[in-house]
Amino acid sequence: MSTPDDKQPVKKMSIIVSRGSLDGIYPALIMANGARMEGIEASLFFTFFGLNALANKTLDHLKVSTVGNAALNMAMPMLGLPITMPFPTVMGAIPGVSAFATHLMNKEMEKLDIPPVREFLELISDSGGKIFACKLAMDMFKLKKEDLMDRVDDVLTVGQFYEESAGAGTHILFT
Amino acid sequence: MKKTIAGTEIDVNEEGYLTDASQWNEAIAAAIAAEEGIGALTDAHMKVVRYLREQQAKGAALTIRSMGKSGVVTTKELYDLFPGGPLKKSSKIAGIPKPVGCI
Repeated sequence: MSTPDDKQPVKKMSIIVSRGSLDGIYPALIMANGARMEGIEASLFFTFFGLNALANKTLDHLKVSTVGNAALNMAMPMLGLPITMPFPTVMGAIPGVSAFATHLMNKEMEKLDIPPVREFLELISDSGGKIFACKLAMDMFKLKKEDLMDRVDDVLTVGQFYEESAGAGTHILFT
Repeated sequence: MKKTIAGTEIDVNEEGYLTDASQWNEAIAAAIAAEEGIGALTDAHMKVVRYLREQQAKGAALTIRSMGKSGVVTTKELYDLFPGGPLKKSSKIAGIPKPVGCI
């Protein structure tokens, strides 16, 4: 049985972000910001499609994935429909549907004081959180550091990211 | 539960947050700040503390984002002033309830 006395506090969260849709990015940003608010160190490592959230040309236009997202029924109450109503898969592919779903989601998030992606990254950076881009993914997508938003601390290899995450009490989370 | 701090008996919850904001005074704030390892409260600290109390009295939901946009303090300054949990610690010192939001 664990008692409060033998609980080791989380000292640092190293969060790997591999998805690039709005719904793929936000959980990581919220967890990182929440860590900093609790006095826990936080690092974000954006790899593969996660780089969508760092590239200046794309990060202000991230979309909710409406194709292959079997849990989109969760968003039905935003349309005044029951949460149990499935979102028809074919509709997700219609142009504009993803943009509309994104608009609805952004509106709901603003109500909860969840900032847009760029402002959120700035907030995390101001709070002392670190933002890293994966070198291999940068090479793959032909991105340079100057293509990324200005709060990116560094472009790291996988090995450097693990070095950065060193220390007892660090938790590595893959999203 | 009751707790005596800075020579005054106050009501706090199990985490040490005041349960009655009206029992608060600056001497209590200074004593809680010392317990929290914040050290001596400067004007910059007190500006944040007073702003928090005003917002709380208005019933506003306090988030780290709204603090950064308040014009009272920047996000960086807030983290520097109250290291180890800026919103939680500043709220505790301000004698208002622990913030419940995730942002």
